[in-house]
Formats: sequence, structure tokens, C-alpha cells
Amino acid sequence: MINVLLFAHLQEEAGQDRLEIDEEGMRVDEFKQMLEDRYKFTQLDQVMVAINEEFAFNNDLINSGDTVALIPPVSGG
Amino acid sequence: MKEELFEIVDHPIQLENLIKKVESRNAGAITTFIGTVREWTKGKRTVYLEYQAYKPMAVKMLATIGEEIQSKWPNTIVAITHRIGHLDISDVAVIIAVSSPHRKAAYEANEYAIERIKQIVPIWKKEHWEDGETWLGDQLENVPYHDGKPHIKDEKDD
Repeated sequence: MINVLLFAHLQEEAGQDRLEIDEEGMRVDEFKQMLEDRYKFTQLDQVMVAINEEFAFNNDLINSGDTVALIPPVSGG
Repeated sequence: MKEELFEIVDHPIQLENLIKKVESRNAGAITTFIGTVREWTKGKRTVYLEYQAYKPMAVKMLATIGEEIQSKWPNTIVAITHRIGHLDISDVAVIIAVSSPHRKAAYEANEYAIERIKQIVPIWKKEHWEDGETWLGDQLENVPYHDGKPHIKDEKDD
């Protein structure tokens, strides 16, 4: 099970702030594509992924038990 | 009790607390930056803002900025507090305090910190305008995510 955290516009599009996904061994880019297909998120091409609170690369693998955060372009400050 | 240098809070930020965190007998200067909520942006009127954070990661990334600063400007001490939740016009959203033996480093490091916050810290601002609302992203207009990952640190920038 992968715990997915959603923020900003993605949270509003999903109507919830987290998802549980029953997949594993996917690459970050494959995972994003799967979410886009399944949940129809917009602007995912600009969204970064963090695995267990660390920014991840597109070819990093996501394993069962990981917490995956979708990080839209940030706007703090 | 050790005070935390990097915090995300949901209550008003006190400047004095941040100054105390970076005070040092070796410091000859302390700079502070106070980021506040602006009413007018390019002719559009903001009514209020709402900030959201991925809190544990945001604290980690603030600490990363602190480490970057200490390697670029040795002997500095950095403290950053960012507020989240509902903020009205003129409310303080972020305070950065930097102490250093000499003033130049304190000024430079402080500016570096706010630029990095806008690049790598998972905090989002929702603008509530008079006529609608929108999550702001990519304020710097440089989407730095071509390889799926922001630019964390590159010695070439030193």
C-alpha cells in the first residue's frame, strides 16, 4: 500500500487530502501517469514527487509502505 | 530546552523570538526579513491568503536551507519561521533572522534564504481575490522541475 498526500489544487480536485494506492515497484513517472489516468488530475507535469519527505527523481522506484507526496509548484514566502 | 531554528506555525510570529534564536557573542550583525501579505498585485486586490504546508518536509527543507547558508557563509546562524493558515492583509507570513560576525554575510544570507524558500519548501499560497480564488504556483516563473526534482544545491552557484 502506498500512502499518497495531496496539497493545493490537487487536494481540491480529489476532494480529499490523501489516497491509498495498491501498487508497488512503479517508477515516479509511471506513478504520476497512473494517477493522472485514474483521478484526472490537472497540471501533473508541473508537479514534483517526494518519497518519504525527500524530493525524488522520475526514475526512482516507489515501494509498498512509502509515503508519496505530490508537490505542486511551491509559493511560500 | 533547545529552541527550534526552523518552524512552521499556525499562529502569529514574534520577531523578538527569532532574534533571540540567532543571538551570539560572535555576531556583529543580525538581519531580519519580514514577509507580509500584500493587498494589491498587478492591479488585483487580495482579500486574504491561505497558506498550506507539507509540514514535516517543509521543516526539513528549511533546515536544508540553513545548512546551505552555513556552508556558503561560515559562522552564520539562521532561524526561519513560516506561518500557515488564514492570513489577512499586512499579516506576517515569514520571518528570517541571520546573525554573522560581519554584516555583509548577514544581508546576503538572508536574501538567499527567501529565494530558496520560494524554490524548494513545500508551502502553497491560495489567493482569495475580490472576484475569486486561486492556488498560486511558480511565482518565480521558472518551473525548475524538468527532471522531476527541484534544484537543491549546486556548487556552481557558489
